[in-house]
Amino acid sequence: MPVLDMGDALNLALREEMRRDPRVYCIGEDIVLGLPFGVTKGLVDEFGPERVLNAPISEAAIVGSAMGAAVTGLVPVVDMHFADFVTCAMDEVVNQIAKSRYMFGGQLDCPLTLRMPYGIGRSGGGHHSNSVEAWFVNTPGLKVCIPSTPADARGLLKTAIRDPDPVLVFEHRGLYRVTGEVPEAETPVPLGAADVKRPGRDVTVIATARMVHASLEAARRLAEEGVEVEVVDPRSLVPLDREALALSVRRTHRAVIAEEGPMRASVGAWLAWVIMEDCFDDLDAPIVRVAAPDVPIPFSPPLEGFVTPDADDVVAAVRQTLK
Amino acid sequence: MAPGPDLLLQMYAGMLRVRLFEERVRELFANGRLPGFLHTSIGQEACAVGACAALRADDYVLSTHRGHGHLIAKGGALRGLMAELYGKANGVCHGKGGSMHLADASVNYLGANGVLAAGCVLAPGVGLSIKRRGSAQVVVTFFGDGAANRGPFHEGVNLAAVWTLPVVFFCENNRWASSTASSLSAAGGSIAARAAGYGIPGETVDGNDVLAVWEATTRAVLRARRGEGPSLIEARTIRWVGHFEGDAQAYRTKAEVEEGRRTDPLARLGRLLEARQLLDAAHAGRIRAGVVAEIDDAVAHAETSPLPAPQDALADLFASYPWSR
Repeated sequence: MPVLDMGDALNLALREEMRRDPRVYCIGEDIVLGLPFGVTKGLVDEFGPERVLNAPISEAAIVGSAMGAAVTGLVPVVDMHFADFVTCAMDEVVNQIAKSRYMFGGQLDCPLTLRMPYGIGRSGGGHHSNSVEAWFVNTPGLKVCIPSTPADARGLLKTAIRDPDPVLVFEHRGLYRVTGEVPEAETPVPLGAADVKRPGRDVTVIATARMVHASLEAARRLAEEGVEVEVVDPRSLVPLDREALALSVRRTHRAVIAEEGPMRASVGAWLAWVIMEDCFDDLDAPIVRVAAPDVPIPFSPPLEGFVTPDADDVVAAVRQTLK
Repeated sequence: MAPGPDLLLQMYAGMLRVRLFEERVRELFANGRLPGFLHTSIGQEACAVGACAALRADDYVLSTHRGHGHLIAKGGALRGLMAELYGKANGVCHGKGGSMHLADASVNYLGANGVLAAGCVLAPGVGLSIKRRGSAQVVVTFFGDGAANRGPFHEGVNLAAVWTLPVVFFCENNRWASSTASSLSAAGGSIAARAAGYGIPGETVDGNDVLAVWEATTRAVLRARRGEGPSLIEARTIRWVGHFEGDAQAYRTKAEVEEGRRTDPLARLGRLLEARQLLDAAHAGRIRAGVVAEIDDAVAHAETSPLPAPQDALADLFASYPWSR
């Protein structure tokens, strides 16, 4: 199987879907050159400027126009540049796109993908580092996925583009250069299908995106002590594969939930409730959560490092469930 | 460029349809028949009707919270609209939208909107798909003078201009952003003048003169169809009623409302048609009777239609249902 990094895997998905469906186009700031993370690099050479649109720095118009195009026959893929900037298009995402099917009684299809480069790293600072997926999980009418590997990223982006409803794809910017095997054949990954990234019998760690890798590192370390950690990646948050999460926790009887976003009212908080509801009688210990503290993401490396959840935090959390 | 007799009579009937529809829904609202909030466009009919008369059936319209008139002028069926205002299961949005949040895809009416200027950024995308299809359609996005102070107005006009998209930005300036005077909230004294900053035509018209509205919109539409890009029209009109039904309107004078009635766009077109001997009292009576019958039918249909089943609140979120949590 070819080995690609996640950025190239996403690029491949875009090429495959743009070849398959002439209605698909990409729009965003500086995407002709492939900025800021290389995902759209070279697309313009194959598909031309009609389908790879460098937009003005007008997030509301980029996202709003994508909806206008989607409900009238095109299939836009929006590059949000940094997910943080979606605040400038919140009305378009939350009031317009998310409600486009429901509020009008199902008259309109809105097949639209929002690519959301997000996450802490390299001193991005307060406006370039945030994990904002919880806002959209909390917005009915949107589907949300969050890949951790190149193969999943390619497969989920393909599914998102083919979906008749709006889908947000959270791409952790710290994973763009992380490599992995990507199948030769076109392999869409369905929404609502979790994946066990490492099997184990003692503790289930439910982790997303970069925290999947931190959890795998934690699992390797804990294995040396004889603790077998199962790492489960939900891959999509809406819809959520509750069954797969429950299946794992019923076997291990212990659960850690690891995410990069802030602790309060987060995706992890919701997943903890899901596990409580589905597996209360199976749990032998309280669920433990790993998340960032409730502060904005700071700039200076030691400060940034302090707020970034990592493998040490997962190890500590797993130990806590075993006390 | 002037509308022929048939079109003039069509616009007369269209304005009357909007006027009588809005008067009826005010009455129904006052009698407790309609849930929610209600914003009517009485006095502003020349804008909706004059603009939509310049459109083809396959052109698109994006509208506002004060949007019944736009849908009616675009050809929307009164039954589906009225049933929606009643919150009935067979409303055009099955009761999910209501007055401020309804669309009628069958006539390319892509939605009223509860958020001001929201349509200004949706419109360039509609224009983009038109341009890709090469279908020479046009999209008109209506908004008010209040909305022209929101960012999406500027972002949308800029994008449509820089990409030469077939969009008509149609501002209905009724002098009031809710209860705040346009003179106290919109700098520069002219919305149309803002077009100059984006290098597109901007035109102010008497929004109570349906001919002037039709002519200005026709110019903008033809320009868009030729692939020459967007235009901005500011139609100055007067809202006869409050921002919403129940608005005491303590912020404005009776004189302004009287001014509105003096410049009544419907009566004005009626006088013109009489002067041209295209309409007499008997003919006008027949037109009115026809419109009243349509509205009676829509009300009767809505009154006798079923309410949605409560659990239908969970339907239509996504294309496939049920979906996993």
